[in-house]
Amino acid sequence: MSLVTLIPLFPLIGFLINGIGFRHVPKSLVGIIGSAAALASFACALSLFIGFSGQPEVTHLFDWITVGKLNISMSFQIDQLSLLMLLIITGVGSLIHIYSVGYMHHDEGFGKFFAFLNLFLFFMLLLVLGSNFVVMFIGWEGVGLCSYLLIGFWNKNSNYGNAARKAFIMNRIGDLGFLLGIFLIINHFGSVEFADVFGKIAEGDYESGDKTLLYITLLLFVGAMGKSAQIPLYTWLPDAMAGPTPVSALIHAATMVTAGIYMIIRANIMYSLSPETLEIVGWVGAATAVLAASIGLFQNDIKKVLAYSTVSQLGYMFMGLGVMAYSSSFFHVMTHAFFKALLFLGAGSVIHAMSDEQDIRFMGGLRKKLPVTFITFLIATIAISGIPPFAGFFSKDEILAHVYEHNKLMWVVALAGSVMTSFYMFRLLFLTFFGEFRGTHEQEHHLHESPITMTLPLMLLAVLSAIGGFFNLPHIFNGHASLAEFMSPLFAHTHSTAHEADASTEIMLMVISVAAALIAAAFAYFLYIIKKSVPAADGQESGLKKVIYNKYYVDELYDKIFVTPITVLSNFFHSVIEFLVIDLIVEGIGKGVKILSGEARLLQNGTTGYYIFAMVISIAVILAWSLRAFLF
Amino acid sequence: MQQMQQIPDVIKLIPLNFYVLFSSALFCIGIVGVLTRRNAIIIFMSVELMLNAVNLLLAAFSSYRADPSGQIFVFFIMAVAAAEVAVGLAIIVMIYRNIQTIDVGILNKLKW
Repeated sequence: MSLVTLIPLFPLIGFLINGIGFRHVPKSLVGIIGSAAALASFACALSLFIGFSGQPEVTHLFDWITVGKLNISMSFQIDQLSLLMLLIITGVGSLIHIYSVGYMHHDEGFGKFFAFLNLFLFFMLLLVLGSNFVVMFIGWEGVGLCSYLLIGFWNKNSNYGNAARKAFIMNRIGDLGFLLGIFLIINHFGSVEFADVFGKIAEGDYESGDKTLLYITLLLFVGAMGKSAQIPLYTWLPDAMAGPTPVSALIHAATMVTAGIYMIIRANIMYSLSPETLEIVGWVGAATAVLAASIGLFQNDIKKVLAYSTVSQLGYMFMGLGVMAYSSSFFHVMTHAFFKALLFLGAGSVIHAMSDEQDIRFMGGLRKKLPVTFITFLIATIAISGIPPFAGFFSKDEILAHVYEHNKLMWVVALAGSVMTSFYMFRLLFLTFFGEFRGTHEQEHHLHESPITMTLPLMLLAVLSAIGGFFNLPHIFNGHASLAEFMSPLFAHTHSTAHEADASTEIMLMVISVAAALIAAAFAYFLYIIKKSVPAADGQESGLKKVIYNKYYVDELYDKIFVTPITVLSNFFHSVIEFLVIDLIVEGIGKGVKILSGEARLLQNGTTGYYIFAMVISIAVILAWSLRAFLF
Repeated sequence: MQQMQQIPDVIKLIPLNFYVLFSSALFCIGIVGVLTRRNAIIIFMSVELMLNAVNLLLAAFSSYRADPSGQIFVFFIMAVAAAEVAVGLAIIVMIYRNIQTIDVGILNKLKW
């Protein structure tokens, strides 16, 4: 069995052991099995990465669906993109598994949690390993399922269950687009294998702006919108914070939500030939980035802030895709996985210490009690704000530079988002770790640094967040852009129009964005450290602040536009169509049969003579009928 | 032996039409007996009458067509009829022991 098949197999085995043996596998073993499965996959991925030849390798497992000329096989593809994704998923995934051992230790659903986490890893690996769109779609649906299961993990709270359903349904809208895109691909190319489809496009004379490609890319992008929480399908991600914090870190920050970006990079050859779609992708990304960042400014729930920050960062990635800076976007996927997972895990550590308090208005001064968490959280904050030399700076500035070359207006929007990012992150940091403690006395007494299983992943991720940027050091810093170099075969057939900004422009852009981030951070320092202001209690905000605090009332708007009409329609169908039409038909048939048979059963009166008489008459009739030619 | 081989010829002394008409008449008598009588034993006898009407016809056709399988069939029918009579009479005896009558009009419990 090759290493490729082993990678998804380990988490699957882990899922089966922990899932089937739930409540039977001893608690001490559960965490070891779950983490070992993730680590084993990571080891396999790493050895594949080291032994990678530079050529895509397809491992064919079995033929799955063969209909007419269409053959859909279960096969895995290893190339630059899937290898990098594998490393991120299994690497960050392993750390989060280890962290969960400490974080979830007191939870009664400990085994269930690890089973779901492993199942998620399995589907996510399937998603990135699949060598065709259908296998990718299986993974795509599977991670959606696991996301649902894990958001609603504490299913005794009906709000959490609703959040899970919201996530699932929103994703389903996107999935429909993805599915239609796949159908269109099958219809047009007669195959779903990446190699076939992209090969045909590379060989064929597809002009830029080809109609079929336009539709395909648009539909695939709808899928990406759902999974990666872009406008208009982003509202599920903040609600998804109902799940346990490691879940938010793994699924809703580092891996699953980047599936949309992965998919677009995978299909970059199609997107590059559809400039209209790219324009849409870019602007949707820009709008999402700035909208989510602005909502993040006034949130008071530590996880909500991070959730909106995730949506906003995903927006940056899509912006990068929109200007065909694919490798820059992927670079941001990678660094974002490091620092956002770190932020979430740090938040988890805080929540753990605060006895499940998530409101930053009741925190403060935690840096003395939680030194490791504080230092790592600080590193992540600096990284996400784009201050050199931490990871976020390099990836974000690469995207910003490409956006600047493409469209100046989009760059301004992106810069505004970046300023807001810096502000809300430092606001979060200051309110949580500085100043005086604002919680109850009991909570203060309980404050403690998290166990080693939780702090170790924090430290490792902090190191990655700090040095992650050097994986792709740009040329102007005498770097080799090694990540872009490594990924370049993926874009061999893409006729990129994105051109490099010259060195002076690039440096100017960097200075501007760093200065903007620093000013925003200083402003946050002024507000929350020097003036010691604390966000007002619920319902005390006014004006624009109130609108933003309530997330621009987007949820309410969706509720009015979509949910209420559907509820009304459903009620109509339930009370009128169901009762008056369907029930009438169905029950009518039933009642009709009952009445008829009530009459007919009287024929069966038990008298033998009567039966025989009927038999004789019948035989005579049949005989007469068959002999009718002779008789008449 | 000599005489056995003459049997078909003897049968052929009577025209086939007569056999058909006679068998039909016998069969109808059987049917009418089954339909009108209420005594189980008489019904039984009427059934035998019907069977034998068929047997007779089979034997007649067999002779006229010089095909012995018809007569072989008759033997089978007789054997089966004998078994049937044994079982049927036993049932009638049991019915009589239980309800002191063999009137089929009373046996009408098996209904809706």
